[in-house]
Amino acid sequence: MSDLVKFTLDGRELQAAPGTLVIDAAKKAGIEIPAFCYYEGLSLQAACRMCLVEVKGAPKLLAACTLPVAENMVIETESPTVVDARKFTLEFLLTNHPLDCPVCDKGGECELQDMVFRYGAGESRFTEIKHHVDEKQWSPVVFFDAPRCILCYRCVRICDEGMGVKALGVTNRGAYSEITPNMGSHLECDECGACIDICPVGALTSGIYRYQTRPWEMDHVGTICTHCGDGCKTTLGVRNNEIIRGNNRDRSGINGEFLCIKGRYAFDFINHPDRLQSPLMRVNGKLEEVSWSKALVAVAQKFSEIKAASGKIGIIGSNRTSNEENFYLRKFAQAIGTPHLDHRRTGDIATLLDALSGRADALATAEDLYTAQSVLVVGADLAQQHPFLAFQMRANWRHHQSRTFVVTQGPVREDAFATRNLRAEPGQEIDAVTTLADDLKSSGDLIVVFGDSIRGDSLRKLVSFIASLGVPAKYICLLDYSNSRGAFDMGLIPGDGGMSAPEMLAASDLDALWVVGANPLADAALASQNAFVVVQDLFLTETAQRADIVLPAASAYEKTGTVTNTCGQVQRLSKALNVMGAKPDLDIFHLIARGMRLDLGPAQPDKIFSEIRATVKGYDIPLPVIATGGAALTNPVNGNVPHAAASAALVRGSRDTLFTSGTLGRYSPILSKVMEAPGGLYRK
Amino acid sequence: MLFNPPHPAETKVLTRRFGLPNSESIDTYLANDGYKAFLKAREMSQEQIIEEVKLSSLRGRGGAGFPTGMKWSFVPRTSPKPKYIVVNADESEPGTCKDRVLMENDPHGLIEGVLIAALSIGAHRGWVYIRGEYRYLIDIMDRAIEEAYKHGYLGKNIRGTGFDFDFSTHTGAGAYECGEESALLESLEGKRGIPRIRPPFPAVSGAFQCPTILNNVETYYAVPPIILNGGKWYADLGVPKAGGTRMLCLSGHVNTPGVYEIPLGFPMMRAINELGGGMLNGNKLKAVVPGGSSCPLLRAEECDINMDYDSLAKVKSMLGSGGMVVLDETTDMVKFALRIMRFYQHESCGWCIPCREGTLWLKKLLTRLDAGVGSSSDISLVGELAKNMFGRTFCPLGDAAAMPTMSIIEKFRDEFEARLAGVTLPPELVSIA
Amino acid sequence: MTFSPQLEARLEKLLRSYPEGRQRAALIPMLMYAQDEAGYISKELAQEVARRCGVTTLQVDEVVGYYTMLRARPMGRTHLQICTNISCLLVGGDKLWEQACHKLGIGHNEVTPDGAISLEEVECIGACSWAPALQTNFDFHHKVTPEKLDQLIDALRKVN
Repeated sequence: MSDLVKFTLDGRELQAAPGTLVIDAAKKAGIEIPAFCYYEGLSLQAACRMCLVEVKGAPKLLAACTLPVAENMVIETESPTVVDARKFTLEFLLTNHPLDCPVCDKGGECELQDMVFRYGAGESRFTEIKHHVDEKQWSPVVFFDAPRCILCYRCVRICDEGMGVKALGVTNRGAYSEITPNMGSHLECDECGACIDICPVGALTSGIYRYQTRPWEMDHVGTICTHCGDGCKTTLGVRNNEIIRGNNRDRSGINGEFLCIKGRYAFDFINHPDRLQSPLMRVNGKLEEVSWSKALVAVAQKFSEIKAASGKIGIIGSNRTSNEENFYLRKFAQAIGTPHLDHRRTGDIATLLDALSGRADALATAEDLYTAQSVLVVGADLAQQHPFLAFQMRANWRHHQSRTFVVTQGPVREDAFATRNLRAEPGQEIDAVTTLADDLKSSGDLIVVFGDSIRGDSLRKLVSFIASLGVPAKYICLLDYSNSRGAFDMGLIPGDGGMSAPEMLAASDLDALWVVGANPLADAALASQNAFVVVQDLFLTETAQRADIVLPAASAYEKTGTVTNTCGQVQRLSKALNVMGAKPDLDIFHLIARGMRLDLGPAQPDKIFSEIRATVKGYDIPLPVIATGGAALTNPVNGNVPHAAASAALVRGSRDTLFTSGTLGRYSPILSKVMEAPGGLYRK
Repeated sequence: MLFNPPHPAETKVLTRRFGLPNSESIDTYLANDGYKAFLKAREMSQEQIIEEVKLSSLRGRGGAGFPTGMKWSFVPRTSPKPKYIVVNADESEPGTCKDRVLMENDPHGLIEGVLIAALSIGAHRGWVYIRGEYRYLIDIMDRAIEEAYKHGYLGKNIRGTGFDFDFSTHTGAGAYECGEESALLESLEGKRGIPRIRPPFPAVSGAFQCPTILNNVETYYAVPPIILNGGKWYADLGVPKAGGTRMLCLSGHVNTPGVYEIPLGFPMMRAINELGGGMLNGNKLKAVVPGGSSCPLLRAEECDINMDYDSLAKVKSMLGSGGMVVLDETTDMVKFALRIMRFYQHESCGWCIPCREGTLWLKKLLTRLDAGVGSSSDISLVGELAKNMFGRTFCPLGDAAAMPTMSIIEKFRDEFEARLAGVTLPPELVSIA
Repeated sequence: MTFSPQLEARLEKLLRSYPEGRQRAALIPMLMYAQDEAGYISKELAQEVARRCGVTTLQVDEVVGYYTMLRARPMGRTHLQICTNISCLLVGGDKLWEQACHKLGIGHNEVTPDGAISLEEVECIGACSWAPALQTNFDFHHKVTPEKLDQLIDALRKVN
């Protein structure tokens, strides 16, 4: 490009697009200009003065974070004057900063420590009394220690700009300025903890992590959050077989550093005292702890008997188990000859894929939500149900002025920046959407994001309406759990003549019901009084209480494998820890199969994944992407989708809020402890 | 009414109506050339108005001294956005009390100056941001604005000229920082008075992110006489590159402190001896703060100087806001330095690190030195810390705190040494001193 | 919460003096004028003003904490503000301050037990050429002498 600006940075001749900030241009050239307040993606502050650089001809040092490169500009980022300025700014900063690093959570990963290590004065000239304010607790999640705060305003901005919550502000003035929560003494917010993670020092600390460990004592395991369907990467800090924290400070994964309260803190169901750590078997009408071998033998025997007698076995799979487990479970069903296989449908992906017949490239990813020129949300409280997708949309609007259209039954956070927002009762959304035709036609490429009320015919109507607009459009069918999409793709759906999950529950002649990681009896009864019920789960759910045999399962954080998010992106789970007594569902399947003398092929996740790549439509995705922790988009060949016609009637979303997460949410102390829980959808 | 009896050494242009009966009323104003300049300017093109102001070499009277005509010319007049006029009446630089006198005695002079600025860029709305402590002035301005509306000098189709302009007062609430133009705009918009990142400057993105002319009260007062008598006439009243007259707020150790109108380039010693009636109690002159507390101090021997931008720059100080504070030989310079730093520490908005932390450290350090506790290296530290703050802060407040401090340490270090020498430290304090 | 008709009229005019959709601009003046009547910015007042200006109460808190003339707690019926900045300092402003503290038995930003008078050491109030100066609420007192201050405080004690 000829319109690049030429400039000299630390003696190197460089080029950048006009308007590029010096701090960004330097970063691109591999030169890090230090800063506290500057933060990629957030608004500019020029407050910390750490990024001051020397520009030839300028009478004083200039802030690199607000200075655009100019033709022939000569910049020095490490000249003696610059280094001096940094040293003395740090000296000023340390005057009121308590040097309590030995007991500070941030010690060892503190940006202030690092900066002082690099530039700071070894000697302190400040001999006056420091200004002290007592620490405050703002919520079960957020603690604030004002003296440690360096007032970089990152927390204020991530909450306002990133999350759209605006729960933090600044009060008082001058050296007594203090970050303050929206309720004066406490916070009412998403409790996402983004403010804590973004804090460069130990001013904001987490109620879960504080005073638990030194950061270097932990192993860091990057895996996929097991709660909603967005598929955020969460990096679990693990010490001594215990998860101490979750964050994503390395910005890996599709979500960068975004996480909601579930991804950051709601791993704590793992240690809930009610967690099952031994198989249970019904003896004289009561569930009693038994050994794994006894329980497995009993299951294998009973299943074999029913199979031999050509009895009816129903299988309800999970929205949270891995693709490998789901794939293996389907093979299991085939091997024992039962077509009665299903999982809870939280969105009508079947109809969508069928309606998109013949179109490739029709599914949008979370990344697309950040770049599309317009987004239409139909029938979802996105900020609550899919907080990461909502974050992406907000960032798109903030950074690219994208246009947002919202059709929902009640107020949603997206209203605040929506070009147009309409209210429509569930089932009547499409009529409202059609009134947006002119707006949508003129808004460039479009992503349509829709919730569980858009299904069957109304979904087909939506797809044909969007097609009639003549703009490039992609879709995201919202699915509620971490592997809802994978459960569908791996074929946890009824075979020929097979019953759906509600039909299994309603049937009076079921001989056995095998429920894996699901709780269908939470709000339905099992009609077959004499059915032999086997449940694999983490907790004694309503369904497990009805079981004859309960097998304690491992959570997603205790296994490897892959999951597919609501956008159809496949990512890899990494095992963070073992929970004594529990086994991954795959191991349980394999052991039962062995007990039944069934040959289902290898039971190692990697080998099963190879099989998936070879046999499942759209899953021939590049291995290196997955192996390196990336997200690979599946490419389903649309049309002729099995079970599409019947699917609409089966769709029932979870209605989870930011603070609920099905069974796991009930057993997460932190989710139930925040005052906002359980919350509700479509509230102002 | 707050004004001094006219002094023969004054050149009365802005203050020409002071002392007239009911000088604040529109009747008096109209009887004494009032709103004639506006009607004349209405016949001129926008370019002509700005050209005349440029010709007058009028420079901003708030303290920074930026050429006014040039500032106005930066406004993108073809921008589709509305344009606004804002008056900075947040007078709070210590030593400065001139805008108050102008508005109290002659409120319509401000309205007319604003109207002409509005004509020059096609603005139809304006505000005068008055510091909260000046509530009585808000009442005076509100009454004057009401009168102007009644007489058709504000509102729709002003005096049949087809020009519309709405004007109102806006109160501050106690923050020196809001005298900084971008902080003032934040405050006007209902926010904390934190300066904005500049560029863009207010001329391009000011009030409500629209092109805005923002000047000090006194600057607007100079505009009607410039339009009536011509820019050249006004320029000739002062010195080259700095035209006209300006308000001098004389305070401190003089016999007749007061607010006087003098031409640019007026000799400082004449101000002390003639306007100020000489030193209080016949004491000897020690130092002068030439233009508000942020200016570097001049020693007595540096005061034989003409008061214009260039002459003061030569002695490494500034003309500033017109607040001239005269210090006699009895003045305790340690206390004086401390009081200045206490002020800046109190007013620092806290946005940037060097100013927020630097002013607090310096206040603590100077408090200790004032108590006689410390060592010679502490005195040097005061100068060093001020230097480390200087030029590195987000807005000029850090510089404003640093400049007088550096000059006091440089010029009156002996007084700090004497303070320390005069105190015998208790043994427990020796280690920290 | 309810305001007097005069205040209501003033606030209504205030809201009309900013561009469409920019009602937040009225926030600081509204707080100042409402404080005249209410004495201080109570939580209730903050919520009311937030509602009228279309901002959150956090945004009101941010502003109240920033501006020294906005008060989150009640002050005396007469708020005595003594300037000790440089021009006043040179001619005895600091002595007046000490005198007032001593006579009233209170310090900076404190209120006499009967709630009559509160005291504040203020920064430059723009009365430098008539120093030393002070303000009782919004009224200026120029060229104050120790005797005048004594009489002033006595008088204030009587009327309050």
